[in-house]
Amino acid sequence: MNTQPVYEARDIVRSYGSVQALQGASFDVRPGEVCSIIGDNGAGKSTLVRILAGVEQPDSGELRFDGEATVLSSPTDARRRGVETVFQDLALANHLDPIQNMYLGRERMKPGILGKLGFMERSAMRADGRQAFEDLGATVRNYTGPVGGMSGGQRQAIAVARAAAWAQNVIFLDEPTAALGVVQTRGVLDLIRRIRDRGIAVVLISHSMPHVLEVSDRVHVMRQGRRVAVYEAAQSSVEELVGAMTGALDGKEAA
Amino acid sequence: MVQTSVRPAPASTANQVPFTARLASGLKAQAMQIVLVWLGIVVLFSVLSPEAFFDSNNFRNIAISVSILAVLGVGTTFIIVTGGIDLSMGSVLVFSGVVSSMSMGLVGDGQGWSSAVVGIGVALLSGLCWGLLNGFFVAKAKVPPMIVTLGTFGAALGLAQVLTGGIDRRAVPDVLVDTIGFGDVFGVPGLVIVAACVVVFGIVLLRRTRFGLHTSAVGSNAEGCRRVGINVERQLIKVYALAGLLAGLAGLLNLTFFRSTTIAGHSLTNLDVIAGVVIGGTSLFGGIGTVFGTVVGLLIPATLRNGFVILGVEPYWQQVVVGAFLILAVYADQVRRARAVRGGSRPRRFFRLFTHHRKDS
Repeated sequence: MNTQPVYEARDIVRSYGSVQALQGASFDVRPGEVCSIIGDNGAGKSTLVRILAGVEQPDSGELRFDGEATVLSSPTDARRRGVETVFQDLALANHLDPIQNMYLGRERMKPGILGKLGFMERSAMRADGRQAFEDLGATVRNYTGPVGGMSGGQRQAIAVARAAAWAQNVIFLDEPTAALGVVQTRGVLDLIRRIRDRGIAVVLISHSMPHVLEVSDRVHVMRQGRRVAVYEAAQSSVEELVGAMTGALDGKEAA
Repeated sequence: MVQTSVRPAPASTANQVPFTARLASGLKAQAMQIVLVWLGIVVLFSVLSPEAFFDSNNFRNIAISVSILAVLGVGTTFIIVTGGIDLSMGSVLVFSGVVSSMSMGLVGDGQGWSSAVVGIGVALLSGLCWGLLNGFFVAKAKVPPMIVTLGTFGAALGLAQVLTGGIDRRAVPDVLVDTIGFGDVFGVPGLVIVAACVVVFGIVLLRRTRFGLHTSAVGSNAEGCRRVGINVERQLIKVYALAGLLAGLAGLLNLTFFRSTTIAGHSLTNLDVIAGVVIGGTSLFGGIGTVFGTVVGLLIPATLRNGFVILGVEPYWQQVVVGAFLILAVYADQVRRARAVRGGSRPRRFFRLFTHHRKDS
């Protein structure tokens, strides 16, 4: 693949007090590709994702969007550029149903005076939201019950589908399979492939090497606040990735 | 949304839930169970005392006795749905009545509509200000709601006593007493009409609007709301301001009905209202609740008190029974939340007696 990256980070530095979480980390993702970020605990994955999602700002370094330098001052900024993030704790509102969660914060209002009074296009959201879940193949069994009563796999699928429905360019998934069983994990991995097939860049942060290798096109390895290697998943192995992660192997230095 | 607005899904037909299923899920809702409990109480008293209890005048009395609490209950339902609590509404009611009465005395001879309009405005404004104060400290200063409203509970009552020297004011324009306090339309008391309007407004606001949805969402997962760009602090301030505004309105209603500021009469109102909200199925942990449930939750104690008086039972028993209701209502909420955590499965009633109460979720 030699397409231009849709989203790129160069030499990001971020420290918390005396701890340097990121020491010049770089990252890039291309449209329609699944790329993973792996690394041991404390390697800086989460910090990097929080910066890329606009939750935190870097001390120095540059974010480039479609080749243009940009500054994200909030998650809303990132969303406006079509970047969505599913954090590890899902951030669904447990008492609301899947559709209400999908449109939370982006409700469609009725036209005219009713909309000004705060009334929403409930039936339109219901129909379109349902369609969006079905297009993504997220099997939601109950569209009207609170998501808090659903299984972990269902909730994960809803959280990922919500992000995917709104993401136009990039979607970050932080440990999307961490607490899931075998079948649910398969469902989420399939969902990732379908999102990629829509031309959206998927960035997967995971500890599970087999899943990373199975679903990714490229794998970014982070160690001590830097990206130390990038591998083509098809030509790599769990041993190689673990070696690069722990520093036991000499990886290809990232460009 | 990316590519979803094009096709009007055939989903609309699949959305049609069969009537029986809707009935079943409706009956499972705590608000409906509570209605059945209330109807049971009504039937019981009606059988025991067909003439005195089952009488339109008596139901009118019950409705009047619930009206002011219902106006307070609407605001408190919103607050509890956000996961907060309000202890201050009884004092805000008294304070608003006091400043309203004082300002009406200052306008003209304190009788006509001009002083009445000023009085209404002052009562609402006073309630709104207390609500904004509560909301500011809860949302911006991050002081726990129980402490903030305990503080304003004392402060509002104290200021009302400072302003009046502790002596109740009785100046109320007759035009207000004749319309709201003791007036009626086709036999429905003015007080009940105002309360019913507030309740309908509250039901529509909580169930049908974005404001209501965000109120539930903030109570359900505040951090998640922040991540999707909802201004959680502003939403909380709005909710507390709404509750304050309604407490101000309740102060005005109280003034026109009792023709007195009743300074000493509302020290336990907050507990009555919170009990009603909780009996009505609103979870103290936030996220879910209904205004309709609150109204029924307030009707139960009022009906019990009324029925016990008619039957000649010592009215103190009412407190005992309401206390038991309160605990049972919260127990039902716990069971429901634990069930939600288990993933919607519903163990048999018998086995439920032996399951541990889970405090997570």
